[in-house]
Amino acid sequence: MSEAVTTNGSKAARSQKPSKVAGVADWADSRLGLAGAMKKNIRKVFPDHWSFMLGEIALWSFVVLLLTGVFLTLWFKPSMGETTYSGSYEPLNGIEVSEAYASSLHISFDVRAGLLMRQMHHWAAMLFIAAMLVHMMRVYFTGAFRKPRELNWVIGVLLLVLGTLEGFTGYSLPDDLLSGTGIRAANGFVAAIPVVGTYVNFFLFGGEFPGDSIIPRLYTIHVLLIPGLLLALIAAHMLLLVYHKHTQWPGPGRTNDNVVGFPMLPVYAAKAGGFFFIVFGVTALMGAFLSINPIWRYGPYNPAEVTAGSQPDWYMGWPDGALRIMPGWESHFWGVTLSWNVFIPIILLPTLAIGILMALPFVESWITGDKRDHHLLQRPRDAPTRTGVMVALMTFYGLFWIAGGNDIIAITFGLSINAITHFLRVAVFVGPVIAFIITKRWCISLQRQDNEKLLHGYETGIIMRDASGGYSERHQPLPVDEAYAISARERDQIFQIESSTDENGVEAPGSRAEKVRARLSQAWYGTNVQKPTAAELEEAHHHAEEHDHESDSELAGIASERHEVDPPVRKELPPSD
Amino acid sequence: MRLLSQTTRRLAGGLSRHRRRKLAGPAVLLIALMLTGGLFALFSPAQAETKKANDADDVAAGRALFLVGCSSCHGANGEGIATKRGNNYGPPLVGVGAAAVDFQVGTGRMPLAGPTVQAPRKKVSYTKEEIQQLGAYVQSLGPGPAVPESEEYDPNEGDVSRGGAIFRTNCTACHNFAGAGGALPGGKYAPKLTDVSSKHIFEALLTGPQQMPVFSNDVLTPADKRDVISYLRQNDDAPKYGGFSMGTLGPVSEGMFAWLVGIGVLVGFAVWIAAHTARAKKAVKGGQQ
Repeated sequence: MSEAVTTNGSKAARSQKPSKVAGVADWADSRLGLAGAMKKNIRKVFPDHWSFMLGEIALWSFVVLLLTGVFLTLWFKPSMGETTYSGSYEPLNGIEVSEAYASSLHISFDVRAGLLMRQMHHWAAMLFIAAMLVHMMRVYFTGAFRKPRELNWVIGVLLLVLGTLEGFTGYSLPDDLLSGTGIRAANGFVAAIPVVGTYVNFFLFGGEFPGDSIIPRLYTIHVLLIPGLLLALIAAHMLLLVYHKHTQWPGPGRTNDNVVGFPMLPVYAAKAGGFFFIVFGVTALMGAFLSINPIWRYGPYNPAEVTAGSQPDWYMGWPDGALRIMPGWESHFWGVTLSWNVFIPIILLPTLAIGILMALPFVESWITGDKRDHHLLQRPRDAPTRTGVMVALMTFYGLFWIAGGNDIIAITFGLSINAITHFLRVAVFVGPVIAFIITKRWCISLQRQDNEKLLHGYETGIIMRDASGGYSERHQPLPVDEAYAISARERDQIFQIESSTDENGVEAPGSRAEKVRARLSQAWYGTNVQKPTAAELEEAHHHAEEHDHESDSELAGIASERHEVDPPVRKELPPSD
Repeated sequence: MRLLSQTTRRLAGGLSRHRRRKLAGPAVLLIALMLTGGLFALFSPAQAETKKANDADDVAAGRALFLVGCSSCHGANGEGIATKRGNNYGPPLVGVGAAAVDFQVGTGRMPLAGPTVQAPRKKVSYTKEEIQQLGAYVQSLGPGPAVPESEEYDPNEGDVSRGGAIFRTNCTACHNFAGAGGALPGGKYAPKLTDVSSKHIFEALLTGPQQMPVFSNDVLTPADKRDVISYLRQNDDAPKYGGFSMGTLGPVSEGMFAWLVGIGVLVGFAVWIAAHTARAKKAVKGGQQ
């Protein structure tokens, strides 16, 4: 490669002096050996769809978090040592505050761009977790978590949990009235864990609440431990993405064995790079114009004080909501109090939720018995039960969210906080069930509509009047790309047990689990609408053609419209079995 | 004119001639005292009498207003009306003082439009004079806190940072850190403080209207109250350092903006980027249509 030789250009090949860039690349390659790896990955193909960019929002928010976070560490003092504030913010001058709070005020009022950086950091944190959640919903709705991507799903859930913890530790650092209230709440949550709660609390706080070690400890966790874990898991997440290759929507030419799209360089490097600047820009605009966590208005933390509207950040809002609507159950025995009212909503429920999230891919593949590799996405309607499950989970989450903001909702809409609580205590159980049923039926009717379109074409809006005076609407076959995309799905196969007992009437081992599985599989797939068979399609098209001939003469008079509704050339549809 | 000047000069000369006499000092003192006393007798008792008469007039006028606008709930003599269940239809007003009247009527909370969990703030129905008359009548029922003097609640006199500390300790739990208000059980609420006049804040502290506890002058001294008022006024006028405050309602509105504005805009951009893909694909698409 010492001489640049052009072979594919329009001009004849001729030897040239090597460029400086090529020289540097050659120098680096002969020492790092990157050319081999780069050559393959630089042309890595990614498919194009807006929903594939949701995870990117999270990634770029994380980069913004790292950049702004490093800026903040330059001035933040993670210390609970007491000091008297004297700085630019007049109304707090002469007040006894912690060094953490004083330094946060210093960043906000006396460091150039400090407040902007603080606000960007906070907004980016909210966007980071929100984008992870939206990305997760996309992955679930489209079935992108199926084999071979189950472990990447688990890593994603871990990222969500770690992101939440990272957010909570950051929320607690400035030591303002709100963050102190949050730490106090966390102190109570830990205390509610049976048997070990009190010990864990003393270990965490280095003694009684609040002590003087919790903020330095949370700081270490916030800037070192969790970011390290996040970085490692994000790297693993991305490497697995490259290894598995990105999933794609089915369409002409797109199969389970290929990826149709554009190469990393130059298309995706430009798109993703550009998207980083958009995420950065949106975060910067939000940081500049929307006031977030105005710590100077909250005032310094004092365990004797609290403010109305004390809430965690949104990602902790749902367990907080569960806590707010939980009846005040407690048990007392042997001189010990068990606070079910705190333990169930804030320790047990989130743990359970994380467990359920992680288990979703494995539960589904066990029920369906589907162990094949899937690189083609499914439309949410083609997996009605799965879609219903996620919508039920979202409803569950959303209702707890409402509970978390019950006081703000009460005062904004002039409602009684008690009425909201009573309603939600029922709704969190009933709501998800209703949401599941509605979603599942909705998906099934969309599947029916797809079949209608495949068999009878789409509605053109052209009303025909026949000789006897009757009216009918003319249907036209779907464009072939669309017909392909709709019908490029597999038939659902309900798991069936062959026979649970052998000829001697002895039950086969594990047959009880198999029975459960068969029943679940029936529930999962049983009501789905399957795509039409090749024979059905053929018959429908034959029928449509006959109809075409009949109406041709009628249409002769309206040539211009006729031109518009010309049926496209029918191509081969994907194999229907 | 000349005659007048001659007479004065002669008179002055006469006085001047006697000014060093033994009795001159006491005589002047006597004259001065008589003059002062006479003037006082001439004006003062008459003024006091008018004030007393005015007060009596105010009470009478206040009673007339009270009978029309208030007595249906509070009773014809402000004794309150009890319901069958033993609750108050309207509480007794003996001893609530003119300050309570000035707050309740002056912020439009009274007269109540209808029975609700809490009297909402609304358009004021009485003039300043009528409110003063009503206050005088209610004050006459039994001694209670009077309407504060303007220097008592002058926000320019208070200590802002001390007021902030008092506010955070006593008020934020219900009224929110920025005085934006907060919810209380059963549809009750702590109203927002951002547009309440300094006098009404002082009176609210003094009389504890609706769900609010009384912060008497023994609990929060008048100076403490004035500090809180100074802090709240500073709170109203403070520049919006971080940008739009989104109602200063805390993390709920922040979360809403993160989702609706942040995620909304970014997903919009994602759709836009995905729609504007490399040229080759567009050409193919266009060719097919």
